Amino acid sequence: MSLDTNTALVIIGMALATYLTRIAGLWLTQLAGVKGRARSAMDALPPAVLMAVIAPTVLATGLAETIAACITVIAAFRLPLLVAAAAGVASVVALRTLIG
Amino acid sequence: MGARSQEFSAGAIAILPVLIATAPVAVLFGTLAVVKGLSPFEVWLMSATVFAGALQFVAIDQWADPAPLGLLVFTALVVNVRHVLMTASLGRSMTGFSGPTKYVAMFFLSDEAWAFAERRVREAGLTPAYYFGIGVSMWLVWTSSCLLGAVIGRGLGDPSAYGFNFAFSAVFICILVGFWSNWRTGVVLACSGAVSATVHLLVPGAWYIMAGAFAGVGVAAALHAEIDEQKTDGVMPS
Repeated sequence: MSLDTNTALVIIGMALATYLTRIAGLWLTQLAGVKGRARSAMDALPPAVLMAVIAPTVLATGLAETIAACITVIAAFRLPLLVAAAAGVASVVALRTLIG
Repeated sequence: MGARSQEFSAGAIAILPVLIATAPVAVLFGTLAVVKGLSPFEVWLMSATVFAGALQFVAIDQWADPAPLGLLVFTALVVNVRHVLMTASLGRSMTGFSGPTKYVAMFFLSDEAWAFAERRVREAGLTPAYYFGIGVSMWLVWTSSCLLGAVIGRGLGDPSAYGFNFAFSAVFICILVGFWSNWRTGVVLACSGAVSATVHLLVPGAWYIMAGAFAGVGVAAALHAEIDEQKTDGVMPS
């Protein structure tokens, strides 16, 4: 059992921040009724964050990663998450070998 | 069997398909996390206290030695801000929960637990026992599967040899596909992706995530159409 002090601090910090987002709604019940432009912006937050996370890998690493990402998208529309993700990983390994 | 344990079991049984789907994803998380340098105990601690799948994958993707505290806490707030809206909505239906119980219950909130709890609200009303049946069983499966993945992952070598460093992107792409609703989603994703990749090439550190996220959110606000909202309001129960 090993625990680094900085790692422990980061984990506790992330846990507190996450818990804060989970209880903040109890104080802000009127937010559930948010409509219009603000609602559209908030709904877009999770996909925008996820896209921003993967963009450097998918768009700016190499041809193999970009093509494998396209294959993953097609797979994800048809297959369960784990199968589609496995197809993406398998295709990036194959493409790296082919393209170099 | 008392009414409480019946409600608890009903919640646990309702969420069972999600548990089966979650376990392999949690094993994958544990494996990737130890490959990035966390110890199995640290993997377990993060899963047990943070208990947020999407954030944990994002955090491990950003992980460095030493881990950047400010950036990861900020990322936690941004990635999980959707929970504010979920609990704001669910909070109105938690009339059977005492004050302290509500605060314990919220620790176990996840996208899936929220969706199943809201469904229960419409069907039969939500009891604390039913909610904890969902939440506690998800916590047990998530933490134990993450730990299992961490123990397995210790035996693996260089992650790029197996394409494991692409596994994050592949998992996120699959989650992203689930968010697709119409052409506006495409424009939001295109802007977020373009800004993120550009900032990543020009600015050191992980600020590209914030830049891309804000670009996407800004575009979503700009593209907002009142007509669509009226249409949706007619169909969706709110």
